[in-house]
Amino acid sequence: MDPYYAYIPHTEEDVKSMLQAVGVDSVEELFSDIPESVFLRKPLDVPEGVSEHEAAEFMKRLAEKNIRRTSFLGCGIYDHIVPAAVQQVASTPGFVTAYTPYQAEMSQGLLQAIFEFQTMICQLTGLDVSNASLYDGHTAAAEAAAIALQVRRKAHTILVSEGVHPFTRSVLASYYRDSDITIRTIPVEGGITRIQRLRELIDEDTAAVILQTPNLFGILEDFTGFAEAVHEHKALCVISSNPMTLGLCRNQGSWGADIAVGDTQPFGLPASFGGPTVGYMAASQKLLRKMPGRIAGETVDAEGKRAFVLTLQAREQHIKRERATSNICSNQALAAIISTAYLAVTGPGGLQEAGSQCVSKAHYLYDKLKEIPAVRPFSDAPFFHEFTLDMGSGSQAKSFLREMSSRGIFAGVHLGDLDASCEGLVAVAVTEKRTRQQLDDYAARAQEVLS
Amino acid sequence: MSEIKDDLRYTENHEWVVLEGTTAKVGISDYAQDSLGEIVYVELPEVDDEFEQGEEVASIESVKAAAPIYAAMSGRVKEVNESLEDSPEAVNESPYGAYIYVMEVSDPDEYEKLMDSDAYEAFLKANE
Amino acid sequence: MNQLIFEISRSGRKGYRFPKQDVPQREAQQLFGVIAAKQAPNLPETAEVDVIRHFENLARDNFAVDAGFYPLGSCTMKYNPKVNELTSREAGFTEVHPLQPEETAQGSLELIHTLTGYLSEITGMSWGTMQSMAGAHGEFTGMKLFRAYFSAAGEHQRTRLIVPSSSHGTNPASAHLSGFEVIELPADERGLVSPESLKPYMNDQLAGIMLTNPNTLGLYETDILEISEMVHEAGGLLYYDGANLNAVMGKSRPGDMGFDVIHLNLHKTFSTPHGGGGPGAGPVLVSDRLVPFLPVPDVVKTDGDYRFDWDRPQSIGKISGFYGNFGVLVRALTYILVMGKDGLTRASEMAVLNANYVMESLKDLYYLPYDQVCKHEFVFSAEKMKKDTGVSALDVAKGLVERSIHPPTVYFPLIVPEALMIEPTETETKETLDRFIAVMTEIHRLAYEDASQLTEAPRGTSVRRVDDVRAARHPVVRWEGAE
Repeated sequence: MDPYYAYIPHTEEDVKSMLQAVGVDSVEELFSDIPESVFLRKPLDVPEGVSEHEAAEFMKRLAEKNIRRTSFLGCGIYDHIVPAAVQQVASTPGFVTAYTPYQAEMSQGLLQAIFEFQTMICQLTGLDVSNASLYDGHTAAAEAAAIALQVRRKAHTILVSEGVHPFTRSVLASYYRDSDITIRTIPVEGGITRIQRLRELIDEDTAAVILQTPNLFGILEDFTGFAEAVHEHKALCVISSNPMTLGLCRNQGSWGADIAVGDTQPFGLPASFGGPTVGYMAASQKLLRKMPGRIAGETVDAEGKRAFVLTLQAREQHIKRERATSNICSNQALAAIISTAYLAVTGPGGLQEAGSQCVSKAHYLYDKLKEIPAVRPFSDAPFFHEFTLDMGSGSQAKSFLREMSSRGIFAGVHLGDLDASCEGLVAVAVTEKRTRQQLDDYAARAQEVLS
Repeated sequence: MSEIKDDLRYTENHEWVVLEGTTAKVGISDYAQDSLGEIVYVELPEVDDEFEQGEEVASIESVKAAAPIYAAMSGRVKEVNESLEDSPEAVNESPYGAYIYVMEVSDPDEYEKLMDSDAYEAFLKANE
Repeated sequence: MNQLIFEISRSGRKGYRFPKQDVPQREAQQLFGVIAAKQAPNLPETAEVDVIRHFENLARDNFAVDAGFYPLGSCTMKYNPKVNELTSREAGFTEVHPLQPEETAQGSLELIHTLTGYLSEITGMSWGTMQSMAGAHGEFTGMKLFRAYFSAAGEHQRTRLIVPSSSHGTNPASAHLSGFEVIELPADERGLVSPESLKPYMNDQLAGIMLTNPNTLGLYETDILEISEMVHEAGGLLYYDGANLNAVMGKSRPGDMGFDVIHLNLHKTFSTPHGGGGPGAGPVLVSDRLVPFLPVPDVVKTDGDYRFDWDRPQSIGKISGFYGNFGVLVRALTYILVMGKDGLTRASEMAVLNANYVMESLKDLYYLPYDQVCKHEFVFSAEKMKKDTGVSALDVAKGLVERSIHPPTVYFPLIVPEALMIEPTETETKETLDRFIAVMTEIHRLAYEDASQLTEAPRGTSVRRVDDVRAARHPVVRWEGAE
């Protein structure tokens, strides 16, 4: 019997006749241009191939080694309800197995879906233009900084609030390592970014100020006056927001931001150990041609019919090569379409409903926990669906989380693990997916653990 | 054959310049617009920005290409052709009419060192 | 033409029911004060059935590997096995939070560790990171590693990076963004990098060279060992763009060629779907000397347990939020398990056979600038055809679109005028290739006999040629009716 090679359809007869057409005697001859010195003369040290059934079983066993519990984990990845219709769209082969829609005439579906994504992002953020998405919310913030540095060529500083996710800050630091760009932190006070601190730090060398709301501590920040203070120094104001909050909270546009970034993971995308998610970016009209990544645009075809196409490609690396200001040549298209489908199915009412349930449930748990004497809230500032508890010390925080975990609950994220200055702080996220029973259970277990 | 105007000076980067006193008006040559194809965007400099000769001052984009425009002479940008923001196609239609920026030059002598129309024609031929 | 989702919206229509709220309602306006939104965002209001039909119709109006042949050069549009999708949807993977305790995420950590090991073996490298989300992101990471390596060695003057003019556009962009001065090097008459041409740059300013092997012409860089010895001798590093790895699995490894950093495109060689432009994954593998600089966290195994290692003082830091596109890693590992060592090698063999078969069958009609055995892809030039008939590479592409075949990559690499870059991949049958050959033959005939059939193509598609000049001059990137 011929050996079976998965996904390789050649029969022995095919191989023979194709070799003949090429004019060589063997497959080996096709590799005769590889010098002997770099020819691998031993088999790869990976396992023998198996059937798809066996591979699936193996992967299933691997998946079962992960432990799932009732989750109150957030810090950038949230456990929301995913409508069945959204899961269906996520597995549509016409989207899943397509390439980037360079050939517009055979890619209208994807281009239109991306155009719809862009429109929704503009609606949510209150800004004029959007791109087709970026890797994740953290890298989106780094790309926003790159836009600002391009606009303000003579400026070399990026100011970042300490309330911005520590991973966003470390991505920014990595992006501008070994360069003449300085990243400076605006310290928070009681978890809140103060405009006075911003005013003290900003100067003519500042290209951008990056803020986040809700911030690392879950606090909804009041950015009144921030954009004006930033613009006085000709810098750009960048605000990162969890888009789930934008049905009920002021958006980036209303705060006067020039660039809005964030991650649409809460819209239909599973936690998936942190990826794939979708970085979004919207900006004011005048920054359109400076945006990185793909952009879908509306135009007409040869008969005057509405059509869509990837546009403003002259900005991109395959044309500008070393003159390009970003090297991004992809987007998270499929994941962006999933978020688009989520927003289409849930609609403005659904977004507000999910948001409102998040808020009500988070406050319900917060109020219950406050009744426990050992629990000290980190702040009394307004929050959305995530709040922070001060457990006193790192070891107390860790022991609380460990005890809760052994009782079947992932009770929160120890912020000290993300940023050493947050030792002892635990962020608790509550989504619409949690039930009153689960919240009561959390409070009861916490009481038990902390008494 | 692309059009070359007699009364202008040219750079090797295919910009044209006309100098009146210490004021230089700059655009791109017919040859340049033709090789770029349909121009979709001209990124203009900021008024009052200062440039040394040869520094990147603006850029021009077609669907398939993006080309920098280098300062033809040193000086301070006095005026930019804002109408190009809405109708970049003017550069295709009338390259010698659609200037890109006007500069107050700091060293008028630089002008004499630029190519005249004969030299530019020879330059284009040599680079064919 | 499809309506936009906004155009089928009707005020008051609902498409989804959330569970009934079982705790007391809290009013956002009251809680948030000045922070509260004044109005709801203008999103579509649609029924579930209309949403499903909408996206189904869009997906049908879109070409994909599941719909037909996709010989897009340098993109490796191979078949995306369905078992990969199945495993990637395991709740045990999808419902794991990136910040849950390590002891509860052993399966995910083991997966990352195992995949890193297999990819290191396949490429002949020492270790790597799965954190980069795409090829270009991998390149960016690689350039940061170069930087960190030279900084640690105190060699800040090493700023010059050699990039062949045939390279992918992302190469010079990534290098430049990381502060390197890019030196574009033309190919020699063989279409290859010649060691001779490198000599002038072999000094203490050299940071290194970025190559892909086989290169974008589909040709194996036969002098690679000499090149890597020269570059190392001069104190530089070598970067391998793994876009073309599908040609040489089990045959020749970048590590053995002397490369120090390589990025892979799991969405090319390792069969994960392209998703219309992403999410993909661009893991980075490195040689011994660069291991200390890899991004944090690394995944390590001690006493049978897996954990994150953040304690890497020389690390370049984080390059994305969490640990990369994990869902894509699940698919890639599934693929490697199914293929196994023989299967991966066979994949490269048949990818190369398919490419040579198509090339030999068409090279009398389309000009082949570098006429020799190719690897997984090759490049024709339509320059002569254009001179003779006015039919350009773009017209050939649109003729293929009309015939329901995805066109090759056109106008790349830049060093071949009117380029048509063709990569059939190993997953296609001889019959599919024969049909492509027949269609390309027909297009060639039409070019010389009835060119307008091509210059006016495509017809019968949902839209005719689109006006990209208009789109770029007066960009409309959102639905304006939403105002």
